[in-house]
Amino acid sequence: MRHTISVLVDNKPGVLARVAGLFSGRGFNIESLSVNETLDPTMSQMTIVTRGDEKILEQINKQLNKLVDIIKVTDFQSKHVDYIDRELALVKVNVDEHRRSEILSIIDIFRAKVVDVSRTHYTVEITGDEDKINAIIDLFRPLGIKEIVRSGKATLPREKKPR
Amino acid sequence: MKIKGAQVLLECLHKEKVKTIFGYPGGSVLDIYEALYDSKINHILVRHEQGAVHAADGYARATGEVGVCLVTSGPGATNTVTGLATAYMDSIPIVVFTGQVPTGLIGNDAFQEADIVGITRPCTKHNYLVKDLQELPRVVKEAFYIARTGRPGPVLVDLPKNVLNQTMEFSYPDSIDIRGYKPTVKGNKRQITRAIADIMKAEKPVIYAGGGVILSDAARELRTFARRMQIPVTTTLMGMGGFPGSDPLSLGMLGMHGTYRANMAVTHCDLLIAVGARFDDRVTGDLNTFAASATIMHIDIDPTSISKNIEVDTPIVGDVKETLKDLLDGTKNKKITKAARKDWFAEIEHWKAKHTLAYEMDDIIKPQYVVETIYKLTKGDCIVTTEVGQNQMWAAQYFTFDKPRTLLTSGGLGTMGYGFPAAIGAQVGNPRATVVDIAGDGSIQMNIQELATAVQYNLPVKIAILNNHSLGMVRQWQQLFYDKRYSHSTFQAHPDFVKLAEAYGAVGLRATHPKEVEGVVKKALGTKKPVIMEFIVEKEECVYPMVPAGAPISNMMLL
Repeated sequence: MRHTISVLVDNKPGVLARVAGLFSGRGFNIESLSVNETLDPTMSQMTIVTRGDEKILEQINKQLNKLVDIIKVTDFQSKHVDYIDRELALVKVNVDEHRRSEILSIIDIFRAKVVDVSRTHYTVEITGDEDKINAIIDLFRPLGIKEIVRSGKATLPREKKPR
Repeated sequence: MKIKGAQVLLECLHKEKVKTIFGYPGGSVLDIYEALYDSKINHILVRHEQGAVHAADGYARATGEVGVCLVTSGPGATNTVTGLATAYMDSIPIVVFTGQVPTGLIGNDAFQEADIVGITRPCTKHNYLVKDLQELPRVVKEAFYIARTGRPGPVLVDLPKNVLNQTMEFSYPDSIDIRGYKPTVKGNKRQITRAIADIMKAEKPVIYAGGGVILSDAARELRTFARRMQIPVTTTLMGMGGFPGSDPLSLGMLGMHGTYRANMAVTHCDLLIAVGARFDDRVTGDLNTFAASATIMHIDIDPTSISKNIEVDTPIVGDVKETLKDLLDGTKNKKITKAARKDWFAEIEHWKAKHTLAYEMDDIIKPQYVVETIYKLTKGDCIVTTEVGQNQMWAAQYFTFDKPRTLLTSGGLGTMGYGFPAAIGAQVGNPRATVVDIAGDGSIQMNIQELATAVQYNLPVKIAILNNHSLGMVRQWQQLFYDKRYSHSTFQAHPDFVKLAEAYGAVGLRATHPKEVEGVVKKALGTKKPVIMEFIVEKEECVYPMVPAGAPISNMMLL
């Protein structure tokens, strides 16, 4: 199972090392990670995507909670919290005379942006959920991707809808 | 009035009512030692920093107070790592202060610099690098609070030299609020009600008590509860003394070297009540067959311990003492009679009759006999520390522990060289007690230098070396599982332990025949100085019963 866990931590040096050390020391996996300051500058928000069976995920949640510098742990899947998540990717795609319009139409469909242009490459910025980013990469792949960089996830729980 | 950082530290220790520090000076902590020169705090100068941490740990286990340690930067700090890991695995409250190079030099590969906060992150409950003196009082207060509350553990505070030279108006915080640290002390009421229902229903219940009973000072509550409900109790190595070993309800220790009846009772029970224990692999053996037909109830303050190895049916997250009190309140009018447990007790008696701990006497000293003799001559009224290996298991099997905080042993990490410095710490905390380190000839040499500490402070610790001229437990595994290929587990050279004791200014005694054992132990107990007793014991003796690693615990090699 793959879970997205949002972790509110004290914004202090060494906290990321504690979290990373916990995962490596206990043999847990981190698939992606993002860390940023919150509105309250004394706190940071980490979003960790991890994988494991039910027992491992339970341990991950409990072990995170046990760290002194960790204020709150929200595992969206196990708490059944509906949430929004977005990633950002920068993709450097090969271009030539014949493919230019094809690439531009893909970019258009996905509401992506060209952020850098050279004679041989477009650098495309795309945001969205993981599936969307995977889909555009999939379409670009036959055209030739030179480089790619992806961010971790930014996540927020959805507001409850009034009944 | 403004005072210097080093003085601030001592004021903080004073506020935490610290009476004793185990330490070793060095460049980065010279300012603290300068302040200590006029201080009322009792400082015990050890001979190796590892000894300081184990001594602080032994002090903490024996007294229930937080043990304190002070060492310098770099090698001083890295020498504390084994001691920290030992305390971490066994949940022992200690605070270790390490010197550090000045903040401006951190990261510069300065002389005697080590990133001790980075190194000890996975073997401390929490740690701090203090970069500004203003933070120090809060950090010290938090360090002691974190060390002793919740599931206790070691905390390290790293102190750069320039911080110790800054000045401030001293004030100590009254209250504490760590937003990420709020241990659950009170067990959930609904779970407690459910637990009582489970207990009333059970026909073959067993209590499996661990170190948590001792850490939360819950021995009395456990005893009352077990007797009221007529539930037999088995303890882990860490739980020994948490329930009286001589009580008729006691099954002895369980697990790899547990008693036959304890392992059989756990295997066949219908309700297993784990109290402050963590289902360690040395206890459970094969997880699939461990208490396979039982409902599992688990009381523990640490949520990560629950359902980590064994799926728990009725978890109660809370302090052991508080939870047992709630269980006692909830069962006030629910006494269960011995008669009601007649069949279950008969089954246990049958296992007891089938096998009890025993060894054969011979012309050569049996190590078990030495342990029994120490028990007999002290009447059990002493604090026992152990090293690790066969000596540790025989101490657990052949000494009866009736009171908590009387067996100090490295259960989780299994640290050779723990017992002797821990005995020093225990003796410092209990000057009048008899303290005996049951040791092996291998382990004792790992921290033998602390003999000088014992002599310097006139700490009359008794060391009983069960000398089989080998690393007995390693040899035993090689004998049983590696075709008797004794690869590097026997010693061809040893010091003369009697002369060694004398060279340090301690007393050395030796027994080579069973007839001499009593005399040697008597003489040692009557000596008000540190004593090494060397017993030349049977070389081939094995610890039995034994469950091979990973096998079902009912699958015991008996003897």
